[in-house]
Amino acid sequence: MKEKLYTLIIVTENNIGLLNHISGVFTRRHINIRSLTASESKIKNVYTFTIVIKMTNDLVRKVAKQLEKIIGVFKVFVYNDNEIIHQELALYKLPISAIQSGINLEKIVRSHNARVLDIKDEYILIEKTGHKEDTQKLLKELEPFGVLQFIRSGRVAMAKPMKPLDDHLKEKEEAYDYF
Amino acid sequence: MATLTQTIKEKTAVVNHENVSGSEAVVQSLLAEGVDLIFGYPGGAIMPVYDALYQNGKKINHILTRHEQGAIHAAEAFAKISGKPGVVFATSGPGATNLVTGLSNAKIDSTPLVCVTGQVTSNLLGFDAFQETDMIGISMPVTKWAYQITKAEDIPEAFAKAFYIASSGRPGPVLLDITKDALLQTIESFKYEKVRRISGYYPYPKTDMEKIREAANLINNAKKPLILAGQGITISGAEKELEAFANKTGIPVASTLFGLTAFPSKHPLFVGMLGMHGNYAPNIKTNEADIIIAIGMRFDDRVTGDTSKYAIKAQVIHIDIDAAEIDKNIKTKVAIVSDAKKALEKLYSLVEKNNYEDWLNEFKELAKTEIDVIISPNIHPQSESLKMAEVVHLVSELTKGDPIIVTDVGQHQMMAARYYKFMKPNSIITSGGLGTMGFGLPAAIGAKFASKNRDVILFVGDGGFQMTIQELATAWHYKIPIKIVLLNNNFLGMVRQWQQLFFDKRYACTTMHNPDFVKIAEGFGLKAAKVDERKDLKNALSEMLASDTAYLLVVEVEKEGNVFPMVPSGAAVSDMILKP
Repeated sequence: MKEKLYTLIIVTENNIGLLNHISGVFTRRHINIRSLTASESKIKNVYTFTIVIKMTNDLVRKVAKQLEKIIGVFKVFVYNDNEIIHQELALYKLPISAIQSGINLEKIVRSHNARVLDIKDEYILIEKTGHKEDTQKLLKELEPFGVLQFIRSGRVAMAKPMKPLDDHLKEKEEAYDYF
Repeated sequence: MATLTQTIKEKTAVVNHENVSGSEAVVQSLLAEGVDLIFGYPGGAIMPVYDALYQNGKKINHILTRHEQGAIHAAEAFAKISGKPGVVFATSGPGATNLVTGLSNAKIDSTPLVCVTGQVTSNLLGFDAFQETDMIGISMPVTKWAYQITKAEDIPEAFAKAFYIASSGRPGPVLLDITKDALLQTIESFKYEKVRRISGYYPYPKTDMEKIREAANLINNAKKPLILAGQGITISGAEKELEAFANKTGIPVASTLFGLTAFPSKHPLFVGMLGMHGNYAPNIKTNEADIIIAIGMRFDDRVTGDTSKYAIKAQVIHIDIDAAEIDKNIKTKVAIVSDAKKALEKLYSLVEKNNYEDWLNEFKELAKTEIDVIISPNIHPQSESLKMAEVVHLVSELTKGDPIIVTDVGQHQMMAARYYKFMKPNSIITSGGLGTMGFGLPAAIGAKFASKNRDVILFVGDGGFQMTIQELATAWHYKIPIKIVLLNNNFLGMVRQWQQLFFDKRYACTTMHNPDFVKIAEGFGLKAAKVDERKDLKNALSEMLASDTAYLLVVEVEKEGNVFPMVPSGAAVSDMILKP
């Protein structure tokens, strides 16, 4: 079976150790996590982990079930790229000399919909959000200026279907008995 | 969303105390859960708990094993027989790490445990303090839940959660790691409320009636159906429901190692044990069945052999309480994520009365082959040396299925499973998924604590016996009348068997130069005897069974005996072999 990129959105409680437990499900199977982002959700005390992995469909279903078994995990959603809107954020630090290099930095920044975050005596800091390919492309164009530092965040994603998280969680609760 | 993020507490069982220490809160929490027995080993960080235990006098019985691994295996067997979580105490560092094998064993065999470990004072966490290990980090992959308590006020709720998690849904081990300062703090008011719901934990899936109907439809149209019964039957207490279901549908029942007591072994529909060293008929017939109804079992690789050649003609109905087991190893046609008892009750009314005489006769034919080629020559051997099978068979004849049989891991384990005729539910304690050598002796001790009225007989090999042999002292100390049958072949027999079959008889590091086991047992205060001739076997066993104190019988058996039949590693179940 072919490996594909999947985005897992794991909805959890805010517990110490959950990250360890979640990452353990992947390390145990020798699966490399491509990116990981942890964030609050709109519901109090409910958190989301957004994890990007490359694997087969069969394996991603199994992994999702193992994740749902962890105590403190409410729900795991598995998406492929066309089911979600996703973004990453990248920061680029260039030497201040870049402004006078003769290449039109302003044009590059504009054409990439990037923006300048900070300018100091020694450096200029540029920010861009977008898909990995977009932030990577900008990095390539900035390379002639001598990029001092580059960093990219993990993916954050939202599913396209219009179903609120509250409804998903309610459905899950109702599928189980509690004694 | 209020219910999502808060634990719902049961108002019926509230215990109130004022100004209690953290360690007293631990003891009070255990008492509130009805705990009257703990297996453990004291040490620095957990000393305050032992002090509280001491001050509570005889309310809770504590069994001092001779190693923490002994404590946890004893607790596992206690849990399996009593149906209540086994409770274990150990101190921080090495005390806690000595529990890891038992935690792993309990996790894979779905055994409810609540293990309490001491931990260094919270301000020293992460400073490599004396006897500090990151027990939460270590235990997370081998527990159902692991939680560190750093404040005394959190103790009651953590314990209530621990007991609920350990025993609900698919049971498993829980670890509570308590820092020493939390044990020494004072809580102004101690209040214990049992828990019946925990945020982010879903133990009991509702049984989907649509799936039940689909399953019933498949079953009603089956030509060659086969039931695979696992431990889920025992855990949910569905033995009667399974029997009723089998009686109505007439479908043959095979069992896993842990399902051996889920169905009466003398029932005409029982066709034997599955797996690598199981019975011939159910393994061969797995690949001829058209409908397989797997109940409370997880298609372990020791059951399936090569999964690509498993159940090749069958549509599989899988009933399991753990959704993660569905489609994990074997693709299912109908998945019923449910407690076994509930699913069987619902299924019962929808299935039609039936019988599969011809199909059942095919099993009987293969069973006859197995009897002729393997079973008879093993229980009535012509050889001079004693065979493991005949010893187990004779114990079975002499005890008539009444005692609890405990095993260690290896050839003797498979022989005990194959040749003992189990007649009652809850009669076998063994280490299945993890295959933990050294499990047997402490487990036998734990089993006896849970079952004062039944004899406990341990079958153990010379290898595994020496891994936890120090627990003989525990048996002596607490006067636990376990009967130990040591099947001694002076080899690590199962490994040697594989070396013989798959490594051209290169017996690397499997020969055992053993001590005088009789003297050792006597040194520990046990009665002991040795037998090496067939003519003396029955008397020796009878003498052991009649003993009212712990007794070791060393039976010298054939050195290079093998367990057959066998599904060679990586082969299909239907390629099971009867001889090398």
